[in-house]
Amino acid sequence: MKIDRRSFLALSIGSTAGIHLTPLPWKLMDDMSIWTQNWPWTPVPQDGAASYVNSVCGLCTAGCGIRVRKIENRAVKIEGLPGHPVNDGRICSLGLSGLQLLYGGTRVKTPLKRIGERGAGQWQKISWKQVIDEISKKLSEQRKSGNPQTLGAICNSDRGTTSHLLNRFLTVYGSPNFLRTPSVQSSYEIATTIMNGSSGTVGFDLENSDYILSFGSGLLDGWVSPVRMIRAHSIWKDKKARVVQIEPRLSHTAAKADQWIAIKPGTNAALALGIAHVIIKEKLYDKNFVEKYGFGFEEWKDEKGQTHKGFKQSVLENYTPANVAEITGIDVAAIISVAKDFAKSAKPVALCGSGDGGAPVNLNEMMAVHALNALKGAINNKGGLQIVPNPDYILWPESEMDKTASKGIQTERVDGAGGKKYAQARSLLNRLPEVINASSESPLQTLLVYNANPIYTMADSVAVKEAFSKIPLIVSFSPYMDETASYSDYILPNHTYLERYEDSATPYGSVQQLISLARPVVDPLFNTKQTGDVIISLAKAMGGHIAKAFPWKNYRACLEKTLGDKWKTLAEHGYIVAKKDKAPDTASAKFDFAAQAVNTDSKNDAVAPADFKPADLDGDVTAFPLVLIPYDTMRLASGFVGTPPFVIKTVGDYILKENDSCVDINPQTAAKLGLTEGNKVILTTPKNKASVRVHLSEGILPGLIALPRGLGHSAYDKFLAGKGVNFNALYAPMTDPVSGLDMTWGVRAKISKA
Amino acid sequence: MSASDDKLQEGATDSAINAVSRNHEKNEQADNAGGIVILFFIIGLAASMIVGWIVFPKLLYSQKDQPISFSHAIHNLEVEDGCESCHFFREDGTFSGVPKLEQCIDCHEEVQGESADEAYFVEEYVNKGREVPWLIYSRQPDCVFFSHAAHVKKGEMECNTCHGPIEDSDNLKPYQENRLTGVSRDIWGYNIGGFKKNIWDRMKMDDCAECHKKSLGVKDACFVCHK
Ligand code: SF4
Repeated sequence: MKIDRRSFLALSIGSTAGIHLTPLPWKLMDDMSIWTQNWPWTPVPQDGAASYVNSVCGLCTAGCGIRVRKIENRAVKIEGLPGHPVNDGRICSLGLSGLQLLYGGTRVKTPLKRIGERGAGQWQKISWKQVIDEISKKLSEQRKSGNPQTLGAICNSDRGTTSHLLNRFLTVYGSPNFLRTPSVQSSYEIATTIMNGSSGTVGFDLENSDYILSFGSGLLDGWVSPVRMIRAHSIWKDKKARVVQIEPRLSHTAAKADQWIAIKPGTNAALALGIAHVIIKEKLYDKNFVEKYGFGFEEWKDEKGQTHKGFKQSVLENYTPANVAEITGIDVAAIISVAKDFAKSAKPVALCGSGDGGAPVNLNEMMAVHALNALKGAINNKGGLQIVPNPDYILWPESEMDKTASKGIQTERVDGAGGKKYAQARSLLNRLPEVINASSESPLQTLLVYNANPIYTMADSVAVKEAFSKIPLIVSFSPYMDETASYSDYILPNHTYLERYEDSATPYGSVQQLISLARPVVDPLFNTKQTGDVIISLAKAMGGHIAKAFPWKNYRACLEKTLGDKWKTLAEHGYIVAKKDKAPDTASAKFDFAAQAVNTDSKNDAVAPADFKPADLDGDVTAFPLVLIPYDTMRLASGFVGTPPFVIKTVGDYILKENDSCVDINPQTAAKLGLTEGNKVILTTPKNKASVRVHLSEGILPGLIALPRGLGHSAYDKFLAGKGVNFNALYAPMTDPVSGLDMTWGVRAKISKA
Repeated sequence: MSASDDKLQEGATDSAINAVSRNHEKNEQADNAGGIVILFFIIGLAASMIVGWIVFPKLLYSQKDQPISFSHAIHNLEVEDGCESCHFFREDGTFSGVPKLEQCIDCHEEVQGESADEAYFVEEYVNKGREVPWLIYSRQPDCVFFSHAAHVKKGEMECNTCHGPIEDSDNLKPYQENRLTGVSRDIWGYNIGGFKKNIWDRMKMDDCAECHKKSLGVKDACFVCHK
């Protein structure tokens, strides 16, 4: 018997045939397909019992109620809370994607201390005990030098217990420098203080209005309370209310409005006064309201007996439709017809604050638009503007002050707010970089940053960074590695809004007095702490009267005590609506057409509401022949929270193409510059330059270019960082001479081929 | 014919004879070789059949015991609602599956009876608040969507149609896991050839489709289960 090659062939043919008579190949094939469909790294949704936690969204100031669906211990979906007065079961794309901010890769997981150069991203982990120890020691030393006012804090709001704790800490430390991030509400606050003598919160009863005259307010682009506005829009459609959108660019709001009026940017105040002219001339205003509550409509005398022209006369003299048409570029007929429509409507309202309302507006415009509401009695009346009393549930005993604190707190605020020049302003964060950069030693030696990302959100990023580089100690409480946290010395990470207790009061724009309570939806994922707890710990570590001002064991105890009998209801329902006072607040029912509060000094007549002054934009017209304006979209968050990956995915390629921001340009302007769709160009402003792409759009006036806000981050994760251009980096703020707020609506620019 | 021709002829005859005898030898050899080839073919066939039917399943599956012993039979006698006493539907219609400690604690907060296993269970899991890491025989791979509610509530099927007469079992059989896919052996079934006697012997896609075809008239589209 001889075994040869053929035997082996036979063996292998035999085994091949044999194996096919067994389940092995078929079974392996089946297993293979199961294996490839179930890679171990493919995320699989958690299985288990579902539950819901009601809470409040903390991603913008609208304060929508949310209902978070959980499977076991994992939050899996955020929905709008049915019945909530702000959003009644609805939610925006940012709120919906909040889980990515909880579970995503941008979290700061433990307290960090900088070890390398500022902003170099070199950190050392540090324990909570040690970090409280180190910072409280530094603060104690700084205080001993006798200049407690060199401690400052930046915060997105001055409401809620955490902000109050921070402010209280500053007060007992001896510093008045609690700085709030500005928004259109800051402008409304000043305008209502001047004209209504009230400092309540401005609410908009828009669901009941029948004619909405919007001076650039992006009602469908995230303005003030994004979810509520979209709901209101459906109500207007059902009720056949009319929406007129006045802005130079065809935004979503303009596209969905009943009428779009393309106005030359920066001339809203003139148009408002032109409309007032027609209403007054045709005697279409609400005589009853004007006579009963108005002051300064007719000629008036000041305390010194000097006579001033009334609003009526000024407007009639200076803002004829022909004049206004010249300034604004709008047809005389259109001005007259809008004025008549507005005046003849039963419940009209005029709004201002462009885009999402994240930026203040100039005071003249604000007052002129506000005067339109007064002419129609749309103040504290159904469908109009409502001045809602400020929340008053935080009633802590006055804190004991030592000598240093009493002296420090008397010093003038670093931003000049409430001082001689800007008496009406409560906070002027926009002035901070300028003030710091103008002094050899920074007037702030330590800066605490809570719920804010000033390095990204403030105008002129270069100047802001320069100013921040002069502050010796910056402490960030951000739960995320944002631009400001990256540039700080210590990060004391807060829990995200889904992991903490936190109260919030009457959101901006709401007509109801509301207190909401955010509750932990999940246990904290990382070694983070509620900032309220950190402040209490810092105060206790500093001892003396500072520790005494914080008698609570921890933040939760403070919150429960502060909310008192409201705690139980809040813990159960998540929010409380305060009963409305029947009679309108008499103080805020008056309307001062003359804006005496800022006009006592006759030199200041220029700030009368009946005045329009064209803004002098920075830069030379020949060198920078175009005007760049920003615009907002609901798909990009431009505030202190970065846009999560899900939302970035929804941004169209006319906004962000690959990694470039697109600028809207009218085809006529583009043709003159020899540009076509998609061209890469260099956008230059007097402050900065950036590489962008051209997007041709008939929806923008010739000579203008528009850039979306919310892009150009350098921090956060790879889904957001390095995408597009930050509008804030391209301009220097224009300070309003009276309010002191930034009143930038645009900046001169040029475009050249890359 | 010349002499030389004769020689030639002789030579030719010789060589012819030689050739014949060689051919004869060759034939014998070929018979032998054919046998060997067949033999080898059969060896190959048999060996691979043994590998495929016997060795392969042993290699493919690893075997583990459940963390603690458990008798469905005993529990079934004690409870009032049958299977649903422990494997219940939640209020929202989702199925709870394997019970959590929370349910066990209802009865097992204290040690019940004398058994050492019971004492171990109470000490190790109940007292420490640790979930029992049960190994789930009938867990489908993650790419499969299955709703108990649709089958049990809407389709009014009995649990043991798919899970077999588990309520009578005194102990939990060892859990076998496919080393390649991590899926329990109960899905493919214990017969490696995929043959089944009872409905509950297998839980593969074809088994689902077979029943869907019978009861609904259609095998259903991919997306019904693969979402
Ligand atoms: S509008 Fe603001 S508060 Fe409301 S869901 Fe969206 S991000 Fe949250």
